Amino acid sequence: MPDNGERGLRMKYVNLDHISSNPLLPDVKQAMIDAITHDYHNPSSQHKAGEEAAAALEKARGQVAGLLNADTPKEIVFTSGGTESVNHAIKGVAMANADKGKHIVTTNIEHNAVIRSLRRLKSDGFTVTSLSVDTQGRVNPRDVADAITPETILVSVMHSNNETGTLQPVEEIARIARDKKVLFHTDAVDSVGIVPFDVKKIGADLVSFASNTFYGPTGVGGLYIRRGVKIFPLFDGGVQENNKRAGAENLVGIIGMGVAAEIAARDIDRRYAYLKSLKDMFLRELPQALDEVIINTHPVHSLPHLVSASVRYIEGESVMLMLDDEGFGVSTRSACATGSLRASHVLLSIGLSHEDAQGTLVIAFGIDNTPEDVERFLKALKTVVTTLREISPLYKKASGGK
Amino acid sequence: MMYNKVVMDHFRNPRNVGTIEDADGVGEVGNPLCGDMMTIYLKVREERIDDIKFQTFGCGSAIAVSSMLTEIAKGKSLAEAKKITNKDVAIALEGLPKNKLHCSNLGADALQMAIRDYEDRKAGITRPQLKRKDEHEHSHGDKCYCPYCDVEIDDGVTFCEACQHDLKEEH
Repeated sequence: MPDNGERGLRMKYVNLDHISSNPLLPDVKQAMIDAITHDYHNPSSQHKAGEEAAAALEKARGQVAGLLNADTPKEIVFTSGGTESVNHAIKGVAMANADKGKHIVTTNIEHNAVIRSLRRLKSDGFTVTSLSVDTQGRVNPRDVADAITPETILVSVMHSNNETGTLQPVEEIARIARDKKVLFHTDAVDSVGIVPFDVKKIGADLVSFASNTFYGPTGVGGLYIRRGVKIFPLFDGGVQENNKRAGAENLVGIIGMGVAAEIAARDIDRRYAYLKSLKDMFLRELPQALDEVIINTHPVHSLPHLVSASVRYIEGESVMLMLDDEGFGVSTRSACATGSLRASHVLLSIGLSHEDAQGTLVIAFGIDNTPEDVERFLKALKTVVTTLREISPLYKKASGGK
Repeated sequence: MMYNKVVMDHFRNPRNVGTIEDADGVGEVGNPLCGDMMTIYLKVREERIDDIKFQTFGCGSAIAVSSMLTEIAKGKSLAEAKKITNKDVAIALEGLPKNKLHCSNLGADALQMAIRDYEDRKAGITRPQLKRKDEHEHSHGDKCYCPYCDVEIDDGVTFCEACQHDLKEEH
């Protein structure tokens, strides 16, 4: 609970930042407490205690495979989270397939885990084609087809963007990659467990995902590797995870992820509908609360719970800080708040000006939010934005000195 | 929380917000490209800052800097006010996060421009529009600049050789 001073103590703090992390589901928390209490041994040990741990590990693998509709649980590799999964997919495929070619296709709006993995590969002699997106944040599958050369070994396009919530046409892109015999990886860290995700229907060869997206613990994630895909491990060591990820598994976290995956698979339609009802309500009522707001999230192809909104004439960090005082946690993509002092590459890619990018808030609803939270948030947002616009010299100019 | 209590107080309850319709001097610095914009309005009586107001587009730090600057400057003689620096404002705020010093600590610059504007008006000088401070290219194209001293650097380096700053964050 952040320190909100006296006002914060008198009211419930509302988390609207479910893209950064999520609270644990009660059943997940209990399963993890039980796992700690149970004192599991190392799943790789071959005595009875080890076998018991291995059974718990494989149960969780089955639960996660079910969420993705994988052919077999063997296609799931447990990792330390989305970032490791992405690094593994990209660097592992590049290392294992460099003899076939050293060209990779991606987009301009990927997460830093992808961007920086590719940057590392560039210094190793790989070339990367990074595709631009349209003003709604979507890549054109035809551009992917045109970018593939005989040297291309991998296409990596994110499923959902973490800043705008916009979903990419991954099914079409996967089909193009398959036709051209190129591997396809999708960073689905922000979508698996939130939107239905079927690896067979999508046709991806590699999928990165994270447990905390679907109300499991942080620090645990997974990489789906379709059977037959040639990939090197990122870590060298023992033969854990079917020889794909060395190191004794984080069994307590994995057990929690397994339970979260099973619940997500069971509840996904209801969860999707509920989150979307909160988002739709927010978007419906926002114009009555505020003028001059740009919505960066695709109206149709987007995560059900995320809204990226650029509030013109003010800066995002100051909005975030004032909302925090009012008891609401949101995130911002303002350059000032990132430490980099540079505007978001994603927001500039979809055509926002630096000025408008500065006022960008990311609001991500969760299953713990209620319609009353949305109502109260809209009121608080109106108050905060009005206060900051009164301070802003840009608003004065834009409203003609009124 | 990245800001201390003094900064948060000035951010939450900014002093001297607003404009002065018949200001004697106006100073404007920054640009949204860089993150922050500040405008300072002065009313001068007998070579003293009789009233001062500000408007700011920017982060928590930028708003706190503007507020503190107006508090320091109010009532001072122009000779005294001319000596106020950005560093003085940062000290009065009991410190700012170091990556905020470059972009948000522009209050004293805006004040100095407002004083010069006042003196120019009094002397009947009309200066050509000054080149705005932000037309330094902070984030153009693929190039990368040190957030502390604006020298061009290679993407991914962790240390600025020009100003000797650690660059732990992305730049």
